[in-house]
Amino acid sequence: MPKVGLFIPCYIDQLYPQVGMATVELLARFGVELDFPQAQTCCGQPMANVGCTADAEPLAHRFVEIFAPYEYIVAPSGSCVAMVRHHYHEYFPPGGPRERDYDRVRTKTFELTEFLIDVLGVTAIEGAFPHRVGLHQSCHGLRELRLASSSELVGRPYNKARQLLASLDGIELVELARPDECCGFGGTFAVSEEAVSCMMGRDRIHDHLQAGAQVMTANDMSCLMHLEGLIRRDRQSLRVMHIAELLVEAIGRVQGSGFRVQHSDAAKGRALESPGRSPGEPVSPQVAQGPTGRNSVR
Amino acid sequence: MPATAHAQRATRFVANADRAHWHDQSLWWVRVKRDRQAQSLPEWEELREAASQIKAHTVAHLADLLEQFEANATGLGATVHWARNAAEHNEIVLGILQTHGVRRVVKSKSMLTEECHLNPYLERHGIEVVDTDLGERIVQLAGEPPSHIVLPCIHVKKEEIGELFHEHLGTEKGSADPNYLAEAARRHLREKFLAAEAGITGVNFAVAETGGLVVCTNEGNADLGVSLPKVHIACMGIEKLVPRAADLGVFLRLLARSATGQPITTYSSHFHGPMPGGELHIVLVDNGRSNIVGSDDFRRSLACIRCGACMNTCPVYRRSGGHSYGTTVPGPIGSILAPVRDAKAFAGLPHACSLCGSCTDVCPVKIDLHHQLLTLRREIAVQGYLPWTKRLGMRLASAVFRRPGLYRLFGRLGRWFLRRAPRFMLYHRFNAWGQQRELPPAPKRSFRDLYRDRSNR
Repeated sequence: MPKVGLFIPCYIDQLYPQVGMATVELLARFGVELDFPQAQTCCGQPMANVGCTADAEPLAHRFVEIFAPYEYIVAPSGSCVAMVRHHYHEYFPPGGPRERDYDRVRTKTFELTEFLIDVLGVTAIEGAFPHRVGLHQSCHGLRELRLASSSELVGRPYNKARQLLASLDGIELVELARPDECCGFGGTFAVSEEAVSCMMGRDRIHDHLQAGAQVMTANDMSCLMHLEGLIRRDRQSLRVMHIAELLVEAIGRVQGSGFRVQHSDAAKGRALESPGRSPGEPVSPQVAQGPTGRNSVR
Repeated sequence: MPATAHAQRATRFVANADRAHWHDQSLWWVRVKRDRQAQSLPEWEELREAASQIKAHTVAHLADLLEQFEANATGLGATVHWARNAAEHNEIVLGILQTHGVRRVVKSKSMLTEECHLNPYLERHGIEVVDTDLGERIVQLAGEPPSHIVLPCIHVKKEEIGELFHEHLGTEKGSADPNYLAEAARRHLREKFLAAEAGITGVNFAVAETGGLVVCTNEGNADLGVSLPKVHIACMGIEKLVPRAADLGVFLRLLARSATGQPITTYSSHFHGPMPGGELHIVLVDNGRSNIVGSDDFRRSLACIRCGACMNTCPVYRRSGGHSYGTTVPGPIGSILAPVRDAKAFAGLPHACSLCGSCTDVCPVKIDLHHQLLTLRREIAVQGYLPWTKRLGMRLASAVFRRPGLYRLFGRLGRWFLRRAPRFMLYHRFNAWGQQRELPPAPKRSFRDLYRDRSNR
């Protein structure tokens, strides 16, 4: 059983622990053996994005040192994974002492939905979520990690998060007028360009509301932190959920936690050991432990 | 008060919510048109890749190709001038005009002449310059710079154009009918065309192997402007070169689709030497470009064909307007070109960006715009132009993140404060986040606390 190092972005650790727990639960459901290295803090993205690379560098080195021993590294964030995968190169120059460690970490670090689909070979999740859901495409997951096809490019359309969501019973994924426009979070941009940032956020929320969404979900909690801040201030009725929370809640709705895992043939070779194994104990009251039979949707 | 000049201007732009939404939607509509055209070509991504490689080759061989172009253009009877900077460019153009005793000039769209501030320079020397592109003429009458490189007056509403034309062209007061106004502009410009003694154009592409030029317009104003007078002055940045005529088959297909969502511009005019009895002067302008050739980080920005697609797609540009950038070329590409030339004056521009990456994906020549903006942020920090508040904040944050114990402590204290502090202590004028947004929740326990409990159970 490969050992997965769980990478929980600092702001999720501090502000959205339930998103981290949902990630643990989801991965455990697929039989993934997890370890959360307690020494981890921040990947360094805030510093790097402001241009303070000298302040980001020691954090990049810490990250690689902490996570190098794991066979996979998984995080419920496209943005932080993009930082590790695409923006660490300058901290690990060719021929440097940690170059090989970084190479390993870089190729083994995955965003959560990407890990489920590309590594575990999951094609569908048995769960039910009888709501109208809008999927907000977080930019770094979209255009850095290519978790979905972006609307600017010409080619075969695909969308990993949407694929998982669409497999849930009863879910209605609403069509947005602008399928992948930025929400305006952008790290320090949210503060230094506050006016534009908030207008972008409100436009994104409006798009979800006009499409009839009851729930807005995304792969990145940072976008949702900004959007939820606006939704709460404006007292709008739009529930905000990280995709890990949504999937765990959907699984919980299937009584007895009938947990059907489907593998794509292509991914089988790379998949971990058959992930039908149940974790040792229920990790959340929402999910009842039970036999792996087929169950009716509540 | 926002820290950067862009943020201040953007705040004013956004304050007029109706106008900001109108601006956003107008440009998004162009983006949608562009998407439709791009999607109609299954080979779109191959075209982009080809264009990117041709431009990379061109920039790598720029000196040789420029000399080849000069030789071939001269062979066709054109006169080629070299200008190191904007001042030299302006002097050369003025010199040509004075030699011919020209007092009235018509000019089709050229961002290079905007960059060099040619119009005010010529006007100071007693020469009337009339921009003949309708949008350019509108901003010229309004006394403003263009707010977009392809759609110069995208920020102006038709009612405002009606006012402007009433004042300058004598149209009926209160009329904002586009057909009526366009007809009035046509009549007005026709007089200017007929009276002009020289025509200035920009250049979209210059072909090294032929010495020819291509100028793209939708209004035919470049053609008219250089057909009537005997003197044609074509002003171009040295990066406008392509090696072969065949390369136009790539670029002309990309340009109009990316710019306005048209399959091709209405007029793609090829000039090979002067017309019979006339003169063609080509002014090759460096103005800082050769410095960028030497930069591994920013060389690719020279591939830009000035289509404006990065502006149309930029969620910040659409909501802050072209004038918020304070540069000749606004938007994502402008936020690279300006600070690369003058990091101190334009230090804020690379931060006027949420790093969404849409510009990179829309760019027809595959410039990695958002990565260059990120690299520029580093340059600006290294050169010491980042506000001290950000520098200090990041240094402290990094110091905390390097010490897990300290990180846990600060996290616990921060969450405690968020939970317990009265609202007035959290929401005040120094908290930019909280002006329009609620702060995130502050749970009692962090993820790592919960995880430890779970593991210990």
